[in-house]
Amino acid sequence: MTAPEEQEPESAGLVRPYVITNGRGLPDTDQFNLITLVTASEQRRAPTLDPEKRSLLDLCSGGYLSVAEIAGHMGLPIGIVKVLLSDLSSDGYLVTRAPAPPAQLVDVSLLQEVLDGLQARFG
Amino acid sequence: MVSRPASDEDVYLDDAVQIAAKILVVGHFAVGKTTFIGTMSEIPPLRTEERMTQAGAHVDDLMGTRGKTTTTVAMDFGRLTLSERLVLYLFGTPGQERFVQVWEDMTRGALGALILVDPERLKESFPVIDLVEQYGLPYAISVNHFDGSPVRPDGELREALDLLPETPVVTCDARDEKSSANALMALVRYLQERTR
Repeated sequence: MTAPEEQEPESAGLVRPYVITNGRGLPDTDQFNLITLVTASEQRRAPTLDPEKRSLLDLCSGGYLSVAEIAGHMGLPIGIVKVLLSDLSSDGYLVTRAPAPPAQLVDVSLLQEVLDGLQARFG
Repeated sequence: MVSRPASDEDVYLDDAVQIAAKILVVGHFAVGKTTFIGTMSEIPPLRTEERMTQAGAHVDDLMGTRGKTTTTVAMDFGRLTLSERLVLYLFGTPGQERFVQVWEDMTRGALGALILVDPERLKESFPVIDLVEQYGLPYAISVNHFDGSPVRPDGELREALDLLPETPVVTCDARDEKSSANALMALVRYLQERTR
């Protein structure tokens, strides 16, 4: 048990994400959601690029992945990954697929496509 | 469950994929969400862990409740490429209201939710159903059928969960691919009916 007045030692894992994003929080933007599809652009990397951004770009160089998959593969929280992606994107290092329409605009054809896909695969 | 080789080609989406859709697989603790997602996913399921005090607009709520306590919420997800241009992601997380930020992230743009229910622990599903309704997501109920668990008559379960007459209720074995796919298809058909 830890006495209330004692500070619990914070492990490296708990501190690191703040460091990675230089203490910034989530960007207030919808540019990246969990299923935004992302890949690396052809742009040459600046030698000053942070190691985390470097490894993120390495991961993204193989093809398209969703934001959630990037977070899962890198073992980082989604929020942190969004900040890194947002930075990399504004510096031209990333390409994204156009975002899907919001739920209320989902049309019948998309649902039909999902259903057809499931049926073809498992039906 | 057959595990697939984790070669590089399996990690990335096909270049032709243009559209990503999302369906939530939710339910109370240990109801079978992770199993369901593992059964359906074409990639080994992934997990992210979100620390709820680290960022976002809802930090204050959490800070107010319990000082410096850190809450970690795990989100499991899987992927299913459904056509040349379409990929479906399945996201699962426990339904607890304090994970507001995770829920906002998950529900934004989701087609709908499949709520997994254990017929022996119906009460535990109430908060999850409340939460899904609160976010305005259409849903279907999937009664996870474990070996030996009695299957409740449909009407009794509907009444217990206070469901709308049109809400689909299906039974499903989360370990079985076909059975799990059927539950998803029941949800999608329901979503189609709602848009007509």
